[in-house]
Amino acid sequence: MAESRPLSPPLVYGLLLAVLMVSAPHADHLPLWVSAVCVLALAWRGYLARIGLALGNRWLPPVITVGGIIGLLIEFHTLFSQEASVTLLVMLTSLKMLELRTPRDATLAIYLSCFVIITNFFYSQTILTALFMFATLLAIVTTWLHLQSAGMRLKPRLRVAGLLMAQSVPLMLVLFILFPRVQGPLWGMPQDDLSKTGLTDSMSPGSISKLSLSDEIAFRVTFKDAPPLREQMYWRGPVLTEYDGRSWTMAKGPPGRPPQLDNLSAESDYSVMLEPHYKTWLFALEMPVFTSIASFQTNDFQLRRRNIVSTRLQYEVRSQLAFRANAEEEPFQLRQALQLPAGINPRARQLAQEWRKTYPSNDIIMLAALRHFSQQGFTYTLEPPQLGPNAVDDFLFDTRAGFCEHYASSFVFLMRAAGIPARVVTGYQGGQYNALGGYFIVRQSDAHAWAEVWLQGRGWVRVDPTAAVSPARVQSGLAAAVPNNAALPLMARTSSAWLLRLRFNLDLIAYQWNQWVLGYDAAHQLSLLDKLGMADITWGKLALYIMGTLGLLIGVFALLMLRRLYARRISEAQRLYLKFCRRLEKSGLARATHEGPLDFAARATQAWPQHSAAIAEITARYVALRYGGVDERNELPALRRAVGAFKL
Amino acid sequence: MFASLQQRFTAWALGRQQYHEGTVTFNQRSIYIVPTPRGIAFAGVLALMLLGDINYVLSLGYVLTFLLATMAVMSMLHTFRNMVKLEIHAGRAAPVFAGDSAEFQFHFNNPGTLARYGLHLRDQKGHHTSFDIAAGGHAEIKLLIPSERRGWLAPGGLTVYTEFPLGLFYCWSYLHFDTRALVYPKPAESAQLPPSAAPSGTGSVSAAGDEDFAGLRSYAPGDTLQRIAWKALAREQGLQVMQYNAVQGNELWLDLMAAPAADIEHRLAIMTRWILDAEAQGMAYGLRLPGVELPPERGIAHRDECLRAVALFGLEEQ
Repeated sequence: MAESRPLSPPLVYGLLLAVLMVSAPHADHLPLWVSAVCVLALAWRGYLARIGLALGNRWLPPVITVGGIIGLLIEFHTLFSQEASVTLLVMLTSLKMLELRTPRDATLAIYLSCFVIITNFFYSQTILTALFMFATLLAIVTTWLHLQSAGMRLKPRLRVAGLLMAQSVPLMLVLFILFPRVQGPLWGMPQDDLSKTGLTDSMSPGSISKLSLSDEIAFRVTFKDAPPLREQMYWRGPVLTEYDGRSWTMAKGPPGRPPQLDNLSAESDYSVMLEPHYKTWLFALEMPVFTSIASFQTNDFQLRRRNIVSTRLQYEVRSQLAFRANAEEEPFQLRQALQLPAGINPRARQLAQEWRKTYPSNDIIMLAALRHFSQQGFTYTLEPPQLGPNAVDDFLFDTRAGFCEHYASSFVFLMRAAGIPARVVTGYQGGQYNALGGYFIVRQSDAHAWAEVWLQGRGWVRVDPTAAVSPARVQSGLAAAVPNNAALPLMARTSSAWLLRLRFNLDLIAYQWNQWVLGYDAAHQLSLLDKLGMADITWGKLALYIMGTLGLLIGVFALLMLRRLYARRISEAQRLYLKFCRRLEKSGLARATHEGPLDFAARATQAWPQHSAAIAEITARYVALRYGGVDERNELPALRRAVGAFKL
Repeated sequence: MFASLQQRFTAWALGRQQYHEGTVTFNQRSIYIVPTPRGIAFAGVLALMLLGDINYVLSLGYVLTFLLATMAVMSMLHTFRNMVKLEIHAGRAAPVFAGDSAEFQFHFNNPGTLARYGLHLRDQKGHHTSFDIAAGGHAEIKLLIPSERRGWLAPGGLTVYTEFPLGLFYCWSYLHFDTRALVYPKPAESAQLPPSAAPSGTGSVSAAGDEDFAGLRSYAPGDTLQRIAWKALAREQGLQVMQYNAVQGNELWLDLMAAPAADIEHRLAIMTRWILDAEAQGMAYGLRLPGVELPPERGIAHRDECLRAVALFGLEEQ
């Protein structure tokens, strides 16, 4: 219905700004050439609008678009992965600007911009992202208004756009809270190769020390009761049984029977908010006995779920910190936990054989190994020297400096060489307590590797050889265990107090944001509705609540917005006079719209001569008040009395 | 489909309606509102976004989608508010010659403290004007409707509409004023004035050319190009027309029957030309139409009376 008119330069600038704002957050993951193409397209369109030149060359934009798509195909080998389709959408939106001619094109550009905002949420949903989204939306709506009213200046447009957004926020909150959440996904998500930092299903020298350089948060934990001691906080992750002389990997083979725990005590209840790590592990304190979400436990006590963790996940866990695990282990499991590649690390094997001969029991051999680490000048370092093909030998007898993976790896090697079933367990150890929020933050820098040995009658027993070398690592964390000048991430250092407080404050905000905004899912919704007294809610009832609340809010807004337009702008004198007119009208004498008070009074006097005095008084007082400029305070009560007393 | 439905509704709504008298105030009973095709497309975009939010569990996506959706709903209130309580009354429309555009004036009054933006006024044939009105302001809106034939030109039912602020809703109301513009016949290109007859009793006979230049007067629609004082225009004295005094005492009768053309419309066109020329030359002229006779006189008022008689000749509404 809008007539076709060329778009004014300010409107074009507004659209360019909107597209720039929605595309900018994508810059850090777009291929550089795509960013360049987008910026060039926007700049070119802006230049054309500035010099007032029409868009020439109808064939040029399609050629650039086809070229861009071919470029994307070369870059991604597909257009249907998430990464490729987002890149395509961002690129097309910018290129669309080269075809911006009619209001219709402008509308399309605005709709596309809204869509591009959403694609950014694949990558980031932080508070800053949300704030930027509101700013972007303000720019978009301000431009959108321009499309409907070319003559409107920037300031009133900003005001109307701001008002529109501000009014929509409470309505949005109602929908956000009450709109029934369906547990996604509805269809298969394209599995992108998202290289996230985190534990994997293998460990080789250097893999965990590399991880410990990352500040990224792995998960956060809130304990229901008093938290356990830091030395007890072993968050179990991938369990690695197979060794090829260099790398430890997970056991292949049959899953075995379900794990068996007995002699359980020292119960601990807590909830974990796990950041997406695109693997199937769920982290829990050794040993978990209950989880609130669908999960399973493998024979070697790994807590996992069927699907990868691709969104932030919150779950409740109950762990028993004291336990006896698989006291009766299957023989094939024990055989697996004894295997060693032939022909490597002869000195380590020899040492283990000596212990075997010298000491009577497995327990004592274990202690001997730990004593070896603590008394033979071993050091704990983030920057261990290079190791040769006989890595364990080199470490044990030459370099004697390493990180937790070196200790865990060589300890397990020694145990196996001595004939004791053992394996490597990876996970996280400890955590940073945020007193403001009352929860623990576990970062990638808390990644750890320890060992587990199987002893007759006691089952699998955790042994942390790192603790033998550097007790501080386990009791106080990484920063306390390594020299001050080590290249530690900022978050792992415990420096000045105010910096720590600031960090805790920021993390607390992020934690609440994650929990209440990003983590708001079907389960949260149900429990919140339950708290609001809407237990046993049906979809029909929910729809009714939504409609009711929205209707009420919109009604309030309508009232506020239209009140002043509908309010009759009449003075008290007019109101009283109209009351008098209504009385006469009821008795059959209506005042014509064009009739003045004096003419009307004349007619009324004719109709009711007996009331002529009253009619004349009211009319005179009214005329004096309305046109004569007399003081209202003195005259108004008299008019009020006269009208009140008037009866036919 | 949308357009045809809309036309049918308009026909129905206007058929239902009496002529407006005096000042029309738009209120909730006279304002209609429907989503535009763009609004429906936007709903589609929102549905797509919602699917994405659910599938990829994008909490911020929900925030954005719901914010846009509720903004769309709130924009309906804003669209309505942009129209409501506007006060309109019809102004006059000056007569025009057939083929020219009649300028219908409407006075829009905005009593509130709220500026109105992106308003449009449109007739059924698509003639259109758009405007804003400042808070508490008043606007004289001119709708140009080209005239085709002589007689009365009524604008018919007019639509006032707005899609402000987001173009998602089309909000409109009808204006059906009993206002009309008089359309004079389009003057013939040129026509020799009929010879004037001396009134009985005087001997002088005027011939073409014996006119005296009498002075300048300001231009009025219908004056011939030949009589425009170009020199005066060049001196920036505005558009002036040279006036001539015919020999006093001559009587010029413009008679439809005497007009040199076959069909009646052509004759009326010639009559129009005659009236304009005779007035421009300052002659006194009378008009004779079957059933109408206006005695010779001169002056703008007389000219307009003659033109009106010619314009409405043979039409029912006189």
